[in-house]
Amino acid sequence: MTAAAGFEAVIGLEVHVQLKTMTKLFCGCRNQYGAEPNEHICAVCTGQPGVLPVLNERALRLAIQAGVALECEIAPRTKFDRKNYFYPDLPKGYQISQFDRPINGPGGLSIEDDLGRPRRIGILRAHLEEDAGKTMHPEGQPYSLVDFNRAGIPLLEIVSEPELHSPAEAHRYLTALKRILRFARVSDCDMEQGSLRCDANISIRPVGSKELFTRTEIKNLNSFRNVERALHHEIERQIDIVSKGGAVVQETRKWFEAEERTDSMRSKEESHDYRYFPDPDLPEFVIDPELVAEIKADLPELPARRLERYARQLGLPAELAVLLSSEPELSDYFDQCVALDSTDSTDSPDSTEPAQIGNYIAGSLLQIAHQKETTVDQIGVPPAGLLGVLQRVHDGTLSHQAARKVLTALAATGHPLDRIVKDLGLAQISDREALLAIVDTVLSTSDQAVTEFREGKQAALNSLIGGVMKATKGKANPNLVRELLLERLNAPPGH
Amino acid sequence: MSKAAPEARSVASIRDDVAEGRLKIVDLIEETLARIERLDGQLGAFLWNDRDRALERARDLDRRVKAGDASGTLLGVPVAVKDNICVSRSPCTAGSRILKDYHPPHDAHAVERLQAEGAVIVGKTNCDEFAMGSSTENSAYQVTRNPHDLTRVPGGSSGGSTAAVAAGLVPVSLGSDTGGSIRQPAALCGVVGFRPTYGTVSRYGLVAFASSLDQIGPIGTSVRDVALVASAISGYDRRDSTSLPIEARDYASSLTSNLEGVRIGIHRDYYESLEDEQIRVRVKLAIQELREAGARIIRIDDLDLLSRFAIPTYYLVANSEASSNLSRFDGLRYGPRIEGDDLLGTYRGTRGLLFGDEAIRRILLGTFALSSGYYDAYYKKALQVRRLFREAYGAAFEKVDLIIGATSPVSAFRLGQKIDDPLTMYQCDVLTVPASLAGLPAVSVPCGFTDERLPTGLQIIGPPLSDAAVLSCAFAYERRSGFKGLLANLEPAS
Repeated sequence: MTAAAGFEAVIGLEVHVQLKTMTKLFCGCRNQYGAEPNEHICAVCTGQPGVLPVLNERALRLAIQAGVALECEIAPRTKFDRKNYFYPDLPKGYQISQFDRPINGPGGLSIEDDLGRPRRIGILRAHLEEDAGKTMHPEGQPYSLVDFNRAGIPLLEIVSEPELHSPAEAHRYLTALKRILRFARVSDCDMEQGSLRCDANISIRPVGSKELFTRTEIKNLNSFRNVERALHHEIERQIDIVSKGGAVVQETRKWFEAEERTDSMRSKEESHDYRYFPDPDLPEFVIDPELVAEIKADLPELPARRLERYARQLGLPAELAVLLSSEPELSDYFDQCVALDSTDSTDSPDSTEPAQIGNYIAGSLLQIAHQKETTVDQIGVPPAGLLGVLQRVHDGTLSHQAARKVLTALAATGHPLDRIVKDLGLAQISDREALLAIVDTVLSTSDQAVTEFREGKQAALNSLIGGVMKATKGKANPNLVRELLLERLNAPPGH
Repeated sequence: MSKAAPEARSVASIRDDVAEGRLKIVDLIEETLARIERLDGQLGAFLWNDRDRALERARDLDRRVKAGDASGTLLGVPVAVKDNICVSRSPCTAGSRILKDYHPPHDAHAVERLQAEGAVIVGKTNCDEFAMGSSTENSAYQVTRNPHDLTRVPGGSSGGSTAAVAAGLVPVSLGSDTGGSIRQPAALCGVVGFRPTYGTVSRYGLVAFASSLDQIGPIGTSVRDVALVASAISGYDRRDSTSLPIEARDYASSLTSNLEGVRIGIHRDYYESLEDEQIRVRVKLAIQELREAGARIIRIDDLDLLSRFAIPTYYLVANSEASSNLSRFDGLRYGPRIEGDDLLGTYRGTRGLLFGDEAIRRILLGTFALSSGYYDAYYKKALQVRRLFREAYGAAFEKVDLIIGATSPVSAFRLGQKIDDPLTMYQCDVLTVPASLAGLPAVSVPCGFTDERLPTGLQIIGPPLSDAAVLSCAFAYERRSGFKGLLANLEPAS
């Protein structure tokens, strides 16, 4: 809140996400990031004369999937419109978009406000449209280049209600939105690769006022952090103008990251008249309620539900539950481990606690994933592998410390667990008879410690345990060692 | 002017002669190309012929015929294709300088279908720029003349395809009809031109003028030939989302000359109200013929209130769509480019200088009609009136099976006569645009000559998907009237 100045901000965000389809929205070209320029183009997505768009049904399905995840009303009938303007990255001179009949109507999502209270942010609409190509301006050259790989990639434009009241709230909205869309398997939402882009609309008003004041639009926001920073600057700029008796001008402003400021891009008068009209090349689409029901039924569990399940049902500590429900790959991996563990343990009572699985994922696997710059499901430790290691911890053949080493080796080599344990010489000695022999040897050479213990010095026990561990090069099961030592020390003398 | 008409070789006779070994395709194509070379200088029908490819294709087909593995309803038939329909590796200019030397990477669906049936494409024909016009005078490249009177226009916009057929250069051709661009030139050149039901022929590969109105269709010297080509090119194509999910039809074998009990509607706009008495008389005689053939002639008035809105409605819808469809021509990816000082300068240079006057006029009109503040008054209103046309036709077709009348209110006019007066030119379409607005099948068949020996056309319109009935009626009329093949003879008198 910027209540200090007596004003509050009114922020609405327009977020574009690329849908994760195999092919583009209206042609069969691949939807793939990072290809050579103009590798994935055809007559349709380069706007040759005489070609026509054919809707990718998968994209429509993903759009509905996103709508369902964002609790939107799914339109029973939808259509496409042409948005006309000229730019070299726009091959047809118009973008196929949706104007008055978006596939997804009003919806919303939950965030925490600045005081940590839950707050629902409304979503006005989320419609399907095609992406444009990418222009590049080689430095010092008198020409520009266009890459049409991106032209025609399906986009979902998600427009929030102007219900965000601070840059921090805007940041949390974006984080929540991204998380939902990633869990819904709709988009990668990777800002660096351009699969999520954001523009912000912002105005200020006196605290308590219900009126909407003149707003500006900010473009060129390339990270959530920059959204927050740019909004912060724009709020200050607007308050400054209004405080000095001036009026905010309706315009589009561009954020300059390096200079930390926004600057005017074009005024309202210069704004385009897009001349929207229904695209005569595409029919109206009737959305079968059964399809929507099917998508709803198949929708992957969303992050909020998972968080609740982890905390309530699995009893994870809050911090761990939040962490494990933050990314779909991580969360799915954890769920797979828990599921596998409970199927394995139908016969045996000693299943691993979900919290312990979670701790291992959060502690060891995330670290490995981070080093490998990938996600936990990709590091080469399948759920069965992790459970195998945990089983050995449980039955005492691996110490926690050794288990971490085994997991690292497993990720690196992919070898069978037995072999890794053997190669690293990490098997914990839990064999009672074998340990007893070592305990006896240590006791026989530690008269002083034994005497001290019998005199009541508990610390002497630790020194004896240390002696056994040293003798076994740390491989002895420490709990068993303690047990055996106490057994011997408390036994009647002369035994 | 009227010499003895050259012998028209029918599509079926070519196919049969080829299939039975009496005719080598390569000889026929040689002969066709030679005739084009000899006569097209006077006519200006063709923009492009690819002699080598046509002959190579002919030889290939001949080999396959010999090997017994060639078939097709159009086997060996030479076909001319309007230059707004894509044929891969051939130029496709749509009559515009902005597409000079443009070679599309793809074949239009209709072209693929023709080739699958064994046809040989011999060239691309002249047309009004982007099919915008009624005289073919809006072509950036050349004038096309009416073979029946070389001082007159062939009509348009499919003037080249129509003149080529009317002069006997090819037996059949493809045109496109947005507001009458097949039917009107067919009437003015004395041949058969058919606009199929919207959606029965894929628009894939047709350079878009007005997407909701554009339709590819055949032009020929007889209803049977036209029916054969229409059958070949119709049918569902998944690349066109407005393509109707119907099977390809065999219109030719269902042709019948029996009109017993067929209810035929007549409307004053297409008959009594015609200003040109000569055309009115031709329509009157046609009505008599059809009545004698057993048809019941019924007067309809369902379109009375609407008819004066046909031209404004059509031009608002067509130009609005055109203003958007023509946006892709910016010289950046293909076609010539006129560089400016900056991006805007390049757009201005390329589009300002390479589009012709009529294209620019329509882009401006369409842009205006779609602009915020005007959309409701123009484009939206036009869509509403368009719906009324559909409803009025729907009501009419409860009472009658077909509607007949004149195709064009005027016969072929002189070159240059109307080109500087767009509104008068637009009035040429007054009888053809209503069927276009409603997406209906409509055919124009020769209906005799005026006193000046200029051809006239009878238009037959049917409800959606009644293409077979429309063609059958045309066939019955053609049989009775004897006006089949009103070919002009351009050969020098021997």
